[in-house]
Amino acid sequence: MNLRLDFGVVLERWPLFLDGAWMTLQLAVLATLFGFALGALCAVGRRSGPPWLAKLCGGYVEAIRNTPLLVQIFLVYFGLASLGFSLSAFTVAALALTINVGAYTTEIMRAGFDSIPRGQLEAGECLGLSQRQVYWHVLLLPAMERVYPALTSQFVLLMLASSVTSQISAEELTAVANYIQSDTYRAFESYITVALFYLALSFVMRLGFWGLGLVLFPRRRRLGTPL
Amino acid sequence: MSQPLPSSAAPVVSLRDVHKSFGSLKVLDGVSFEVPRGEVMAIIGRSGSGKSTALRCIDRLETIESGEIIVCGHRVSDPKLPLRALRLDVGIVFQSYNLFPHLTIEENICLAPVTVKGKRRAEARETARRVLGQVGLGDKLDSYPEQLSGGQQQRAAIARSLAMEPQVMLFDEVTSALDPELTGEVLRVIEQLAAGGMTMVMVTHEMGFARRVADRIVFMHQGKVWETGPAGILDAPETAELRQFVGSGL
Ligand SMILES: Nc1ncnc2c1ncn2[C@@H]1O[C@H](COP(=O)(O)OP(=O)(O)OP(=O)(O)O)[C@@H](O)[C@H]1O
Ligand SMILES: [Mg+2]
Repeated sequence: MNLRLDFGVVLERWPLFLDGAWMTLQLAVLATLFGFALGALCAVGRRSGPPWLAKLCGGYVEAIRNTPLLVQIFLVYFGLASLGFSLSAFTVAALALTINVGAYTTEIMRAGFDSIPRGQLEAGECLGLSQRQVYWHVLLLPAMERVYPALTSQFVLLMLASSVTSQISAEELTAVANYIQSDTYRAFESYITVALFYLALSFVMRLGFWGLGLVLFPRRRRLGTPL
Repeated sequence: MSQPLPSSAAPVVSLRDVHKSFGSLKVLDGVSFEVPRGEVMAIIGRSGSGKSTALRCIDRLETIESGEIIVCGHRVSDPKLPLRALRLDVGIVFQSYNLFPHLTIEENICLAPVTVKGKRRAEARETARRVLGQVGLGDKLDSYPEQLSGGQQQRAAIARSLAMEPQVMLFDEVTSALDPELTGEVLRVIEQLAAGGMTMVMVTHEMGFARRVADRIVFMHQGKVWETGPAGILDAPETAELRQFVGSGL
């Protein structure tokens, strides 16, 4: 067995990797933002919406959590195409990832809501807060703080899973690696390089979430302990 | 705090023939009592006799099947009652403190004055400082609930209610979760409130405290007001049930 690694021809193409990493990061950020909004709304709908809405949100969560991401991506891709929409691979990828992570966010937020004792809500009501104010100040904010670690892990996982969107030729990191290995016949080196890029992106995201956590949750900043 | 009511002679809290069930379980079976302004009423009785339920009905945390509840001129038994108006007049403190864990003590206290009453932050902070001083926690403004002892948390919860300047305060076994030494510090705060003329209804297991502070005792048994009167009834009970209850050393 002789393993000879030659990164030269692979690294020569570094601008391509940077482009890929940039697209992966864009996908991750967009899907995180919209997925979070979608998930938070569904969690609220599931908890306090009329029965039909609660069922709809529940059905969405189960459908997404029990089918492969790749299939979901194809469904969005071909589904929109057959409806006559011609969207870029990037848009379809961002959309599919949003729908996917939205379902996981819904579940995580629900766990957060469930972790707030009833007495807390009553205390809010008894102070004269409206239903909406109770929801925001007594339920949503502390629930968010509690599930923040789980949420951020989910978003990092999402970034890694965005690798699958190479299948619809979104030109993110993995697609770049695919292209470079077929161009240079240096498959192992290409994928080692791309793995290191993913590691770096994960690190950047975790660092970002850590910083954001300190900004969003003063209690965590001051006490350094999870809620 | 001394804002005049429509009729100043009317009781602050009045229950008339209140009935309430949970499923087939009759919890309040024709409960009536009145609390005049400035008086302290202690509700005592065995576990499950309906004390907490009666208290919760006063603040409309439970709805009733029949009877009438009027609190500070609000017809609580009316299903269409605007809850916000009621809750501005009623403060309630629970056994489990229920401070908001993600907020500092100051933020806990300022939340309702700012969001409900629309007070300005600086003004609300001033109020927070005042009520915390009142309960002896002037130095805990910036602490988080978990950094306080149980007794301190309970006093902070009382301060949070006081910041809304309620007409009447309800206490539901606020010392039951506390060690005896911490119980004392909370009871002292309630006693000061009583001395200051606050109208109060408290469910308590502290007989000595009830005897000392309450103007009137309501002994509940099987969902009924079994015996009621001035604190003296604890020393000379008329009913066998109250005699037994007091005798059991609870
Ligand atoms: N939400 C509820 N659903 C069903 N039953 C309830 C509910 N709340 C109270 N009960 C029942 O109603 C009865 C009276 O309860 P309540 O809490 O008023 O008693 P209590 O006098 O406060 O007792 P304790 O001294 O133990 O606090 C109990 O049998 C209790 O199990
Ligand atoms: Mg009780």
